[in-house]
Amino acid sequence: MFLDDAFRLKVGLAEMLKGGVIMDVTNAQQAEIAEKAGACAVMALERVPSDIRKDGGVARMAPISRIREIMATVSIPVMAKARIGHFMEARVLEALEVDYIDESEVLTPADEEHHISKRSFKVPFVCGARNLGEALRRIAEGAAMIRTKGEAGSGNIVEAVRHIRTIVKEIKQLTVLGEEELVHESKKHQAPLELIQYVAKNGKLPVPNFSAGGIATPADAALVMQLGAEAVFVGSGIFKSDDPEARARAIVKAATYYQDPVKLLEASNELGIGMAGLDISKLPESELMQTRGW
Amino acid sequence: MPLIGVLALQGDFEAHEKAFQEAGAQTIQVRAAADLARIDALVIPGGESTTMLKLLEIESLMAPLREFGLRKPVFGTCAGAILLAKDVVNPPQDSLGLVDITVERNAYGRQVHSQVANLQLDHEQPPIEAVFIRAPIIRRAGPDVVVRARWKDSPVLVQQGRHLVATFHPELGASRRVQSLFLDMVRSCNNQ
Repeated sequence: MFLDDAFRLKVGLAEMLKGGVIMDVTNAQQAEIAEKAGACAVMALERVPSDIRKDGGVARMAPISRIREIMATVSIPVMAKARIGHFMEARVLEALEVDYIDESEVLTPADEEHHISKRSFKVPFVCGARNLGEALRRIAEGAAMIRTKGEAGSGNIVEAVRHIRTIVKEIKQLTVLGEEELVHESKKHQAPLELIQYVAKNGKLPVPNFSAGGIATPADAALVMQLGAEAVFVGSGIFKSDDPEARARAIVKAATYYQDPVKLLEASNELGIGMAGLDISKLPESELMQTRGW
Repeated sequence: MPLIGVLALQGDFEAHEKAFQEAGAQTIQVRAAADLARIDALVIPGGESTTMLKLLEIESLMAPLREFGLRKPVFGTCAGAILLAKDVVNPPQDSLGLVDITVERNAYGRQVHSQVANLQLDHEQPPIEAVFIRAPIIRRAGPDVVVRARWKDSPVLVQQGRHLVATFHPELGASRRVQSLFLDMVRSCNNQ
């Protein structure tokens, strides 16, 4: 069901982004800095997550003029965020021909029950997940890339680590179960049996699995890659630091040489202090972004 | 058994490793100049050419790769094709310049114009599946360049001496015939 040509093309672009860094940008100037630093793609959004957190209000798809300007400035893929369930924001982004749509918990959800039915789109989607069931529900809806959610705009890696560890552990557990046990797992994870069977057989998701939400340093990027992420999204971590250019370059290097502490040291040498972070355990439930999505 | 190094700075290098293993080669990932001494041939995978170029520059790998290409076979797909080309346009960027072609980046358009096509490699065998993703187009091929396959009037698989260039992704299709073709080139280079 899920490996037709159209879906393979969507997953194909995600394959090309592996080992890379996708950077949040809010304007053409930031996009240019990201591309020069070696970003493999940029994510266009209205405000970076830490500003959304600070300013409050409703966070929507970025202004089209801004996205268009970013697309005209860089030659790497341009992604843009749509609100959860807002399939018309997504249709507009598809008509604009962005390369990937992030149906993102960072924006204010438009639908508290349904995600976008992503299969009918020609443009590929990435979605956030905190556990295997959530990842497989998004893939069943047509997502061609998963990113663990972490806690966007927090500058704190703890949630990203929790989510990648959870997904990797739940994948491993499926691989040792018998066929008859998978039916129960399908119910437990609230995910289609066909996808549970795929994961049990292959020991991985049917789409690339990236990490997001709280990555602020080269060592953070290397940590989530070591834990099983295949690429990283960096949001506020770059343009909310005092040294965006150097930090962007350093995180790009870290995503390639994540197994090599000496290279990570080299990458970190010139960096100052990263973005200010948040203690997530002190955040009220209502301010968490990761719990958006169902 | 030839040892194929796959440049593993960024991109779908794992898919290339799997494809070459299925075609009967051993593979290693290449991230440093020292790795080049061990391998019979190099594959530059798909991915983002600007990202790979940046890392090649930061890690001072441009000169060692050019020097490797003067002695040993190199196979580039998509971003790898862009890095191997003599000239790159849209926008212009630096490259290894090992193959006498001019390549236009993202020439079919953005991701929604990516497609899977059937490609005739030779007349004896059925076509292979060619996956084009934000692919470049070879706009010019020099006199020493042999066109192995065309699609929509443009060359998409070309050979110059010991080097092979594909603008599509053979590693994402089911056939391993392009990998076998390159392994034949590697063996004949080793025998010289």
